[in-house]
Amino acid sequence: MSLLLQLAALFAKLSLLAVGGAGATVPEMAREAVHVHHWLTPAQFAQLYAISNSAPGPNVLIATILGAHVAGVAGGIVATLAMILPSCALAVLVNRQLERHAGARWRRVLQAALLPITAGLLMAAALVLARQADTGWLTLAITLACAAASYQTKLHPLLLLGGGAALGLLLF
Amino acid sequence: MGFFQAGILGFGGVLPMARRMVVDDRRWMSQTEFNELFAVCQSLPGANITNFAAVLGMRHRGVTGAAAALAGLLGAPMAIIMALSGLYARYGTLAPVHHALAGLAAAAAGLLLGTAGRIAAPVCKSLSNVAVAVLVLAMALLLHLSLPLTMLLALPLSLFLSGRAMP
Repeated sequence: MSLLLQLAALFAKLSLLAVGGAGATVPEMAREAVHVHHWLTPAQFAQLYAISNSAPGPNVLIATILGAHVAGVAGGIVATLAMILPSCALAVLVNRQLERHAGARWRRVLQAALLPITAGLLMAAALVLARQADTGWLTLAITLACAAASYQTKLHPLLLLGGGAALGLLLF
Repeated sequence: MGFFQAGILGFGGVLPMARRMVVDDRRWMSQTEFNELFAVCQSLPGANITNFAAVLGMRHRGVTGAAAALAGLLGAPMAIIMALSGLYARYGTLAPVHHALAGLAAAAAGLLLGTAGRIAAPVCKSLSNVAVAVLVLAMALLLHLSLPLTMLLALPLSLFLSGRAMP
C-alpha cells in the first residue's frame, strides 16, 4: 500500500510541474524512480520510456507503464490518475477564469516565459534518456540518426522507433 | 461523450486525430475555438491532450463529461501499455527482445532529442531565452536539482525577462 501512495505522491507532484507536457518531467521522473526509490535500473527506465513512446496514446502513458512496472495493474492505474487529475483539475479551473479575461497580457507573458523552460527541460529529458540508453557506439549512432531524422524530416515516429528496434535486433 | 473512445487511438501524436474528430467530424467546436482552448491547455502544466479532454468534457456534460472524455482517451492505451509492461517483465531479459529494446530505447531518446531541437529552435531567436533554456538544462542535468526547485528558480527569472521584452 505504501508503494501505491509513493507512486501517487510522485506523479501528483510531477503532474503540476509538467510544463509543456509529460516529457518535461522525464529528468525528475528518472531521478526519483531510479536514484531515489531504486524501483528500476537506468537501462530499464530508458526501455520503458521507449515502449510507452511506441504504443498508441498520449505521452502520459510513461506514468502508466512505470506504475505498472513497479506495482502491477493497480500501480499503473494509480500512477496515471495521479499524473492527470491534478493538472486536469487546474486546467478546468483556469479555463473558467480565462473565459472571462480572454487575450490578457499576463497570459501572453506566461506563455512566452514557459517556452524556454520547456525547451531546457525537454533537452535535459532527451539527454537523460540518451545517457541511459546509449551503452555503446551503436546505440549512440541510432540515437543521433533518429535525432537528426526527426529534426530534419517528417518521417513518422513509429518508423524511426521500428527502425531502431530492428537495428538493435540485427546488429547486437 | 463516450464517443471519444473510437477516434482517439492515435500513435505518438494524439493531437491530429483529436483535432479532426472534435472539429471536422463531430463539430463540437470551431477551429478557432479549438486553437484557443488548446493554447490555454498548452500553457498549463500536464499533458496538453488530457487537459484538453477534461476541459471539453466539463464544458459539455460537467464532471461526468470530463470523466467520460478522460476514460475514453486513456482507457484503451492504458490497457495496451499495461499488457506491454507485463510482457516486458516476463520477456524483457530474453536476448533478442533485449537487443530490440536497446535499439528501441536509443531511437526513442533520439526522437525526443529531435523534438526538443524543434521546440528549442524558436527559443534561439532571443538571447535571454537561450540563457534561460541553458540554465534550466544545467540545473536538471548537471546540478540534479529537483524539478520544483528548478521551476522556483527559473520561472520568476523567465517571467521577468519575457515581461520586459513584451510591451
